[in-house]
Amino acid sequence: MAVCVAVIAKENYPLYIRSIPTENELKFHYMVHTSLDVVDEKISAMGKALVDQRELYLGLLYPTEDYKVYGYVTNSKVKFVMVVDSSNTALRDNEIRSMFRKLHNSYTDVMCNPFYNPGDRIQSRAFDGMVTSMMIQVC
Amino acid sequence: MDAPEEPLPPVIYTMENKPIVTCAGDQNLFTSIYPTLSQQLPREPMEWRRSYGRAPKMIHLESNFVQFKEELLPKEGNKALLTFPFLHIYWTECCDTEVYKATVKDDLTKWQNVLKAYSSVDWLIVVVENDAKKKNKTNILPRASIVDKIRNDFCNKQSDRCVVLSDPLKDSSRTQESWNAFLTKLRTLLLMSFTKNLGKFEDDMRTLREKRTEPGWSFCEYFMVQEELAFVFEMLQQFEDALVQYDELDALFSQYVVNFGAGDGANWLTFFCQPVKSWNGLILRKPIDMEKRELIQRQEATLLDLRSYLFSRQCTLLLFLQRPWEVAQRALELLHSCVQELKLLEVSVPPGALDCWVFLSCLEVLQRIEGCCDRAQIDSNIAHTVGLWSYATEKLKSLGYLCGLVSEKGPNSEDLNRTVDLLAGLGAERPETANTAQSPYKKLKEALSSVEAFEKHYLDLSHATIEMFTSIGRIRSAKLVGKDLAEFYMRKKSPQKAEMYLQGALKNYLAEGWALPITHTRKQLAECQKRLGQIENYLQTSSLLASDQHLTTDEREYFCREILSFASQQTDSPGHRVALPMHSFAQLRDLRFTPANAVVHVGGVLSVEITVCSQMPVPIHVEQIAIHVHFSIEKNSYRKTAEWLTKHKTANGVVNFPAEASPFPTSQSSLPALELYEMFERSPSDNSLNTTGIICKNVHMLLRRQESSTSLEASSGLALEDGAHVLRCAGVTLQPGPNTIVFRTQAREPGTYTLRQLCASLGPVWFVLPHIYPLVQYDVYSQEPQLLVEPLADSLLAGIPQKVKFTVTTGHYTVKNGDSLQLSNVDAMLILCPEENRAVIYSNTREKVSDALLRVQSSDKVTSISLPAAPTYHLIEFELEVLSLPSAPAAGGESTLLGVTEPHGKHKDTQKTGHCMATTDHKVSIDCPWSIYSTVIALTFSVPFRTTHSLLSSGTRKYVQVCVQNLSELDFQLSDSRLVDTHDSTDLRLIPLNTESEQCIHSRQAVFFVWELKWTQEPPPSLHCRFSTGFSPASEEQLSVSLKPYTYEFQVENFFTLYNVRAEISPPPGTEHCRTGSLCSLDVSITRLSDLLEVDKDEALMESDEYFSTKLMYEVVDNSSNWAVCGKSSGVISMPVTAQATHRVHMEVMPLFAGYLPLPDVRLFKYLPHHSAQSSQLDADSWIENDSLSVDKHVDDQLDSGSVKSRGSVHSAASSEHKGLPMPRLRALPPGQAFNSSAGTQVLVIPSKDDHVLEVSVT
Repeated sequence: MAVCVAVIAKENYPLYIRSIPTENELKFHYMVHTSLDVVDEKISAMGKALVDQRELYLGLLYPTEDYKVYGYVTNSKVKFVMVVDSSNTALRDNEIRSMFRKLHNSYTDVMCNPFYNPGDRIQSRAFDGMVTSMMIQVC
Repeated sequence: MDAPEEPLPPVIYTMENKPIVTCAGDQNLFTSIYPTLSQQLPREPMEWRRSYGRAPKMIHLESNFVQFKEELLPKEGNKALLTFPFLHIYWTECCDTEVYKATVKDDLTKWQNVLKAYSSVDWLIVVVENDAKKKNKTNILPRASIVDKIRNDFCNKQSDRCVVLSDPLKDSSRTQESWNAFLTKLRTLLLMSFTKNLGKFEDDMRTLREKRTEPGWSFCEYFMVQEELAFVFEMLQQFEDALVQYDELDALFSQYVVNFGAGDGANWLTFFCQPVKSWNGLILRKPIDMEKRELIQRQEATLLDLRSYLFSRQCTLLLFLQRPWEVAQRALELLHSCVQELKLLEVSVPPGALDCWVFLSCLEVLQRIEGCCDRAQIDSNIAHTVGLWSYATEKLKSLGYLCGLVSEKGPNSEDLNRTVDLLAGLGAERPETANTAQSPYKKLKEALSSVEAFEKHYLDLSHATIEMFTSIGRIRSAKLVGKDLAEFYMRKKSPQKAEMYLQGALKNYLAEGWALPITHTRKQLAECQKRLGQIENYLQTSSLLASDQHLTTDEREYFCREILSFASQQTDSPGHRVALPMHSFAQLRDLRFTPANAVVHVGGVLSVEITVCSQMPVPIHVEQIAIHVHFSIEKNSYRKTAEWLTKHKTANGVVNFPAEASPFPTSQSSLPALELYEMFERSPSDNSLNTTGIICKNVHMLLRRQESSTSLEASSGLALEDGAHVLRCAGVTLQPGPNTIVFRTQAREPGTYTLRQLCASLGPVWFVLPHIYPLVQYDVYSQEPQLLVEPLADSLLAGIPQKVKFTVTTGHYTVKNGDSLQLSNVDAMLILCPEENRAVIYSNTREKVSDALLRVQSSDKVTSISLPAAPTYHLIEFELEVLSLPSAPAAGGESTLLGVTEPHGKHKDTQKTGHCMATTDHKVSIDCPWSIYSTVIALTFSVPFRTTHSLLSSGTRKYVQVCVQNLSELDFQLSDSRLVDTHDSTDLRLIPLNTESEQCIHSRQAVFFVWELKWTQEPPPSLHCRFSTGFSPASEEQLSVSLKPYTYEFQVENFFTLYNVRAEISPPPGTEHCRTGSLCSLDVSITRLSDLLEVDKDEALMESDEYFSTKLMYEVVDNSSNWAVCGKSSGVISMPVTAQATHRVHMEVMPLFAGYLPLPDVRLFKYLPHHSAQSSQLDADSWIENDSLSVDKHVDDQLDSGSVKSRGSVHSAASSEHKGLPMPRLRALPPGQAFNSSAGTQVLVIPSKDDHVLEVSVT
């Protein structure tokens, strides 16, 4: 499953980032941050087409030796980045898509919370729980 | 197959292999035709319809024509497709039946039999016709016959298997036609053969694939089979299809590896799990790497061999397809997946071997792509290749670390052994790259050979990668590579080179608010700065790290100690300071002033309490905390008065500072806060406001270009302000978390003090908060002592005791015991001194301090109030009662006919129209102890009443009515009201008709009093009266002083009735009632009621023989237009001045309306004849005052209301007088002298029957 899940604000600062505790957290921070390059590239490349097709899934951003980084962008340009282990070959595009959809739904719930200030770090326990389930659940 | 030395051209590479077509029969014939055939065959494309629903393709066919041999035919089970003959052609030129029967038929049969034996059905017989040949022969059969024969003999049902080619070497249309037909046939048959044979092959292949679960199945065997198919497709230039074959193989293999990982291992796969012994990278320069292919064929290939070979084939095909960027992308995937697969299969790999393989492969792919693309193409597709570049960089880096090439001392023996092992695994360089200078092999070998070479290669690669990332806008990736580079430099002990990269990366992370990378990079930067000896920067970074929540406590304490140890060091230059920004050290949370409004008088004590949140992990002892204060004297100090300040400043005195949102710095918080100030510009001449605005004092910091601020954390702009005004607090220990620090200061100079900077000093280290924002100010004021006297109520009322509040603002003056206020007494105002009067002392902030008994001593002239002792900047408040004596106020503005009363003394009476009260000002001069000058205070008292009087008549009986109006808000009790004749005429009596002696007069209400006037003898021409009434507030309890009554003096003149006017309207004779429109008679009788009196003696009086008469003018006016007076409406009569003399006047009037109509008015005027002597008596005023008679009449209307106002002036009528003509003058009779006895009577008028006539007359 996912080894790192990040929600990144429109301005590219992290709203939420969590990785599996066994690994070096810093590495994932760098990885997710670097992946924003590709996210930006994909968003600008897709441009209008993206808006028209309402395709939010950006697909594989870039693979590394050990990890695959996938991206997703909401209509409000909030980015979701998910890092999965390369050795986890069971995860296909469809699974990743559905995971992103789940993430998006949960994020929408967070946004619906009247006490949440858009742009603040996400501290919702429900969101956290959902991310945890994504990290441990085996597909 | 020699690899080309020079890069391959980007055009489609044609394989030497072509589908094989065998030729049997007349070889000479074929040889002659071959050039044309081989040229013509590929000229036109042919549509190839495919099985399994694959899309049809247009295909250009080529063939390799070989002589038919039996060996060429594949034996059963032979899967080779490349050597498979797809079509067999028999060529013959025979046109002679004999020859045919003799040789050709036999030959054909033999050929056919061989084909049949190998069950090959793809054949064609070509009969070439040659006209020239025909001519030579004698027994020529018709052309068709030989063909027919062949068809008969060999093509049972397939007559199309025999074609005729006519005159192939001639250039005629017939030849052309024949060629076309032949070529079409040939192509069709070839394609048919392809479809059939490839279909069969694919079926076989699929069958083989289905057997993959069976034991003994070998991937390598299958690989070879499917590759055969790929070769054929490639041969047919169907690269797409060829690529599909390899992709299928790739996927199949990958799936096996995955399954193996999942525990489902295939036997054959174990072979690929053998330890990696060779890592010489991909080889992409040859279309087919036969060496590796043979390994696969021999089932000796390792995983890397298989992958390499597979990829090299894919690469070749992709390049044929002109998709080089896909090569790059696939290469990266391949390299990643290979690494993963080796891991998954638990293949033992010597350390670094894979790094070598990946490095070599990356470079090989890149060079291969560069070889077939031009510079511009490459530059515009960096996005595709940059991944390989960075991967190669990464791998080279790890190789460097592995082989000890990065350490300062160079590799040790262990490292060298490892390097040797790694180089051994590379094997010898391939012959195809041996002559290339920059081949990956050479590069790697060189890089591993020495520290210097490694550095060169690594830097080259890194720089190239950074440049590429930057050029395509992948700044973050570039920074990350840069960070690796920085790490490398740090290892190489060149921190000055590392710094730039670290700063760049840090700036990027800071701008986007990535906390963990920030912390990590800062840590590296701190190390770097420490080595560089950038003390200030190092301390600053340390302070940031010490306050960083993402570090462990130990790390934070370490950095904290770094600062402390520097701070405790003895510096050689004592004045040297290191100024660091405060925010990392501590954060200002809030600030609280005491007094809360932050306003303090000169000499007063102000305390500022700040809450500072220490970010340090340990308690820090700070030598001094100081607030630098900017002092400014307000020039136009109107708003700096104590009153203004105490009223307008915020009450609570707490200023909260927004917490710095450190996790999301983005761009805002890196900018300093706006420093805004008000600005007023006044004109120098009259000090009026010209312009006003706000000034931002730190524009230079806000508006500078983002880029130019190279280092975000540089301590630039931390200028310490050296102001004379500093609030200090020494020796403070800041505990981690919130700390409260109190500053005390004694205010000295008046003005505004703005807190500008907060500064904490630790030896030479100064933590500075350069701008305190929001703006915090406190004000110091100085104040002159001041006395303020103001009434408690809205206005003071005269006549009753009223409270007045005295406020002494001590200002800078200290009120000592014995200081007193000396009030000069005013006659008409009493200062009442009740017992037990207390003065209250307040501080300037209106807090009650104490109260004291107030001693008031009165003498004749002076009232002395001893003030209680009070310190500076306090308020003394007390109340006194004052009483304005009511004797003073006169009957407001009453001017009677004679003898206008003078205003009393200094009292200014200001009676305005309406309901304003008359007021009286009393000026009191007060001597204050702090000043040699007297303070004059004016107290204005309002007279609560307004009194009017009027004379009422009834025939000859006279009444005086007095109306008292209460204008104040209070209710009063009136008592003992009386009216006296001031002249004390004995024969005059005033009989009160008022029943109650006490009366309540409510606010805004009036009370009327009436007296009847009785006289015994001839009444005097004028009457002087004084009305007086006692009054006291109705609600008040017993008053301490007796109040003086309220008086009102007035005069009534000519009150005696002289004439009685009586009017009567009678209906026309013979009718009972008046009718509208019909004339009625109006009879006016004017009766003199008395003999000659003193008042008659004026110029109208005429005397002749003891007989007096006076001239009167009467006038009938109907102001309400009820009546139309017909004929003369006025006239002058001579009235004898004797009692009961009556004058009657008859007039005709016509009622205009029906109903009870009031009678028209009859007015009497004194008719004063023109007298030359008299004209001199007329003062100029009267000439001007009266411009017309109508004015007079108007005034007369008012007369009826009873007010006696300015009655006496002589009215002269007629404007003609102004022209100099002598005209008689009219004077209205005073209201008392003429009594209208018919006033108020009404006459009944009934409507006329003829309405119509009436209407006309009205209009």
